Amino acid sequence: MASDTARPPWRGPFLLTLPALAVLLLVMAVPLGVIVLRSFTDPAPGVGNYVWFFDTPVNLTVLARTFKISFWVTLCCVVVAYPYAFAMSVAGPRLRLLLILCVLVPFWVSGVVRTLAWVILLQDSGVINKGLVWLGFDKVKLIRTQLGVTIGMTQVLLPFMIMPLYAVMRGIDLRLLQAARSLGAHPVKTFFQIYLPLSLPGVFAGATIVFILALGFYITPLLLGGPQSTMLSTLIQQQVLSLLNWGRGGAMGVVLLVATFGFLAVASPFMRQKYKISGGGR
Amino acid sequence: MRLRLPRLLLGLTCLLIAVWLVAPTLVVIPMSFADKKSLAFPPTGFSLQWYENFFTNPQWFGSLVTSAKVAVMVALVATVIGTMAAIGIERMKSRTGGLIRAVLITPMIVPGVVLAVGVYAVYLDTQLVGTWAGYVLAHTLLAIPFVVIAVGANLAVFDARLETAAASLGASRLKTFFTITLPLILPGILSGALFAFVTSFDEVIVSLFITSPQLKTLPVQIFSSMTRDADPTVAAVGSLIFMATSLIIGLGLIFGTRRRGA
Repeated sequence: MASDTARPPWRGPFLLTLPALAVLLLVMAVPLGVIVLRSFTDPAPGVGNYVWFFDTPVNLTVLARTFKISFWVTLCCVVVAYPYAFAMSVAGPRLRLLLILCVLVPFWVSGVVRTLAWVILLQDSGVINKGLVWLGFDKVKLIRTQLGVTIGMTQVLLPFMIMPLYAVMRGIDLRLLQAARSLGAHPVKTFFQIYLPLSLPGVFAGATIVFILALGFYITPLLLGGPQSTMLSTLIQQQVLSLLNWGRGGAMGVVLLVATFGFLAVASPFMRQKYKISGGGR
Repeated sequence: MRLRLPRLLLGLTCLLIAVWLVAPTLVVIPMSFADKKSLAFPPTGFSLQWYENFFTNPQWFGSLVTSAKVAVMVALVATVIGTMAAIGIERMKSRTGGLIRAVLITPMIVPGVVLAVGVYAVYLDTQLVGTWAGYVLAHTLLAIPFVVIAVGANLAVFDARLETAAASLGASRLKTFFTITLPLILPGILSGALFAFVTSFDEVIVSLFITSPQLKTLPVQIFSSMTRDADPTVAAVGSLIFMATSLIIGLGLIFGTRRRGA
C-alpha cells in the first residue's frame, strides 16, 4: 500500500456543502429574487407597489396588527414557558421525561391538525362555549377574533419558547441560589438578581424565534381568524392567488421579509450576550 | 418547610400548562367517531364511517400515499445532502463554516407564504407545479436545516482524534468514514432523517401553492376539507396522526434514555 502519511490537504469540506447550497439557491434564493424583482417591475418598473402599500390604510392596519398579535403571542409564550421550563430543569428524570413528552407530542403533530382542534374548541358551539353556558356564563366570541388567533398561535408556538429556555436553564448552577440564600438574600431578591439574569439569554432566544415565526404565521390565523384578525401572510396570498397581482403581493412579501430579518438582526446580539451577575450595583 | 407552597404552586401551574399543551389536540379523537357529518362538540352517536372513508376514499388515501412517498424521498435526499454539509461545515472550523451554517438554516426563518409565493412563481415557469420533483425539491429545502442542526450537534461531541488514529493506522479516507465516523454520528443522522420526514409530511404552506388536483399531499387535503365543509374525516386523520406520533416519540424517548442510561 502506498504510504499515506503525507496526504495532500483535503479540499473537500467546501465541496461537501455544495449540494445543500445548490438546493438553497434553486428553491430559496431564486424564488425570493423573483419576488423582489416583480415587486419593482410588475406591472410597471418603479416603486409603485411600495407606494401603494404604504398609502393604503388597510395594509398599514394589517401590518400593525401582525406586529401586535405577534407581540402578544410572544409575551404569552414567555409567561407560560418560564415556569414550565424551570420545572423541567429542576425535575427528577422521570417527571422531566413526562414534561418533555408533553412539549414534544403537540410539536410533532402537524400544525393543521392542531389548528383543527382549536377550531373545534373555539367555535361558537364549541367546547369552551358549551362549558361557559353550562357554568351559567354568556357565550364568548372566540373564533374569528384576535383573541382566538392569539390563543391558538400561543399554543402552537409554545414549544419553540420552552426548548431554548430549558436548554439555558439546565446549565444554570442552582448552588448559586443556595449561596445567595445562605448569605441572607430574600428568595424574591435571589430570583431577580441571580436566576433571572442568568436565564435571560434563553428568554431572548425563544422570544426571537417565536416572534419571527408569528410574524409569518399563515394557517392558524387563516382558519381561526376572520376579517378583523387578518395577518400579512393572508393578504399576500390573496394578492397573488385571488387577484393575480404579483407586484403588490411581492411588495408585501418584501415588507414581511425585511421585518423578519430586520428584527433578527436587532435581536441576535442579545441572544449571545452572557449576563454577569451584578454585585448589587444594579 | 417554607418551600412547600411555592413548590405546590409551580406544580399546579405546570400541570395546567401540560394539559393546555396536550389536551386541545385530544379533542379530535371523540370527534372522529361522530355519526353525523358535523364538527359540533360533543359528537352524537358512534360510528367508524370516517375512518372507513379515509381508507377507502381515493381523495384521502391517495393523498396519504403521496405524502408518505414524498416524505420518504425527502428524508433520503435531505439527510444525505444535509449530512454532507454538516461534515463540511465541521471540517472548515472557520468563519466560512459558520457563515455557510447560518445560510443553510435560513429556510427555517423565511416566512412561509413569502417563500411559497416565490417557489410558485418559479415552478409556474419551469412546469414543476403539482409534480413529484416539485414537492421533493421544496420540502428538501425546508428539511435541510433540521438535518444540519441534528448532525452538527452530534459532530460537535465527536472526537476527531479517532479519525486521526484510524488514518495513522493506514485506513483510507473512505474506510475511516464508513467504519469510524459514520457509526459514531449515526444517532444524529437518524434523528435528522426523522425530522426531515416529519417536516415534509406536515408541510402545508408551500404545498398549498404548488399543489394540483392530480397530486395532492395529505396536509393540503386536510386543509381544503376544513375550509370546504365540516367533514369529521379530518378528525379521523388527526387522531391517526396523533396516535402514530405519540407512539413514535414515546418509544424514541424510552429507548433513547435507556441506551444512554446503560
